[in-house]
Amino acid sequence: MTTLAETVSDSIVITRRNLIKVKRVPDLIVAATLSPIMFVVLFRYVFGGAINLPDGITYAEFLLPGIFAQTVIFGSTITGASLADDMQKGLIDRFRSLPMSRSAVLIGRTVADLGLNAFSIMVMALTGLVVGWRINSSIAGAIGGFLILLVFAYAISWLMALVGLLVRTPEVVNNASFIVIFPLTFIANTFVPLESFPTALRRFAEWNPVSTVTQASRELFGNIPASAPEPAAWSLQNPVLYTLLWAAAILAVFIPLSVRAYLRSTR
Amino acid sequence: MRGMNNAVVVEGLVKRFGENTALGGVDLTVSEGTVLGLLGPNGAGKTTVVRILSTLLRPDAGRAEVNGLDVVTQAGQVRATIGLTGQYAAVDEYLTGRENLEMVGRLYRLSAKESRTRAGELLERFDLVDAAGRPAKTYSGGMRRRLDIAASLIARPRVLFLDEPTTGLDPRSRLGMWEFIADLVHDGTTILLTTQYLEEADRLADRMVVIDKGRVIARGTADELKAQVGGERLELTVRTAEQLAAVSEALRPLAHGELQADPQTRRLSVPVTGGTDTLAEALRRLSGVRAEILDIGLRRPDLDDVFLTLTGHSAEDAQPAADPAEHDTVSAGAPR
Repeated sequence: MTTLAETVSDSIVITRRNLIKVKRVPDLIVAATLSPIMFVVLFRYVFGGAINLPDGITYAEFLLPGIFAQTVIFGSTITGASLADDMQKGLIDRFRSLPMSRSAVLIGRTVADLGLNAFSIMVMALTGLVVGWRINSSIAGAIGGFLILLVFAYAISWLMALVGLLVRTPEVVNNASFIVIFPLTFIANTFVPLESFPTALRRFAEWNPVSTVTQASRELFGNIPASAPEPAAWSLQNPVLYTLLWAAAILAVFIPLSVRAYLRSTR
Repeated sequence: MRGMNNAVVVEGLVKRFGENTALGGVDLTVSEGTVLGLLGPNGAGKTTVVRILSTLLRPDAGRAEVNGLDVVTQAGQVRATIGLTGQYAAVDEYLTGRENLEMVGRLYRLSAKESRTRAGELLERFDLVDAAGRPAKTYSGGMRRRLDIAASLIARPRVLFLDEPTTGLDPRSRLGMWEFIADLVHDGTTILLTTQYLEEADRLADRMVVIDKGRVIARGTADELKAQVGGERLELTVRTAEQLAAVSEALRPLAHGELQADPQTRRLSVPVTGGTDTLAEALRRLSGVRAEILDIGLRRPDLDDVFLTLTGHSAEDAQPAADPAEHDTVSAGAPR
């Protein structure tokens, strides 16, 4: 049996390995930097004038938490693609033949991807400050706002880990996750207020955890004006709690499933 | 356990994938400090045996022990005592050679210092010192294989599994790899080696097990297997096909069986006994014949002949997917 200390030590070894790749493949850092900047600037100036918001808030303040949410969720899909790639190249076989902790490869992977996501958020936040986004709460609120985004993204990483281990082809993981995640991040309050949605879509969007993680970070950053009406759905009234429940549920289901898929993986 | 000195014991191993029976009851043993060559065409089940022994797959029936440890119930302990080099060089392309070895060392639970020391030793031994600081992405196929084997040796495993260690390598790299493997054996490592190359098994293995369609069809030393297919042949090539008749006539008294004449290749094959004396006698008889001999020699059966006799097809015929170029592409990880 491996002890907790061994699992931690093995996970650190794997995390380091994954981060070295980020350092050696400049494309990854460029992609993780440029696409968030592009999204922030495009949405801010292309949609900024066309979207009606309640008084007392600018579109930049409304938009940024939504962009944060979408970007970190897409960032989490890297987990699946990277694991599929490791499987194709026989690295998962190698790791599985070593006397190492059985969960360290997955922990090391998800933690490295969390690091990359944290970097992306930092770049977006700085870009946001340039185009007019502001944190109107407190330091604690700011930290909370970033944390909840990262916690939710981390949970999604474990879901993507299972997808990667089952699908086994990086390109397919990317395409499949795009088809599911793209609509999920748009049928939400990420870019436009829910009031403009048709009823059926609005019901879905209200309970969509992408909406609630966005809502939660808006609350924590102070990007919701005092004059804004109280949302009708419980999920949006208690976005922090509802989002954390989702994250906990995803982790509770997908950590064991992913570890099992890892142990059974055969190339 | 059957003998104290068996590093690997496999009894009645069965593995099914859905309808397909990959292994239909395989028995084999590998004595400590020796090399067992596991031979067979693609799809014979060689890799499945290696994957079960290295704890990557669970058998459906039967039993396997490595270093006296059961591969199913004591899998964790087995992993600490083995090294595995799979069919594809499993190295991280973005890490340098040294980083790859140190990472694997750490995961074998060596200390940071010991991992560093071992990595240095192995880089030297496998001729990778100059490339140690470069990402493995820049390595040639042969260098990747060497790095892969070095990684599997970092914790000084008592048993090493090499699954087709030279598939996809060019002839020069293959010769180099053979020397490295021979060195390991010299140092006392027990090796189970799978290969499609009969020459490779002949060169490296003390004993061989030949499997086809998941079953053992022959076992023994190279000489024992060769003896199964019979003795030596005298083979010669003449200038024109017309000359075959006269030559056959002259050599018929020496033959221990049917002569085979092939007008297409202008070759004659005569089963003989008696070695070089017979060759001298043949030359004497041919001196009176009006035919131009381009080439003449004695040929002992090789493992290709063994395979052909045992399975009814040659090792090459049975492996459509064994195109070396294809393996090269895969191991280089080119198509992304």
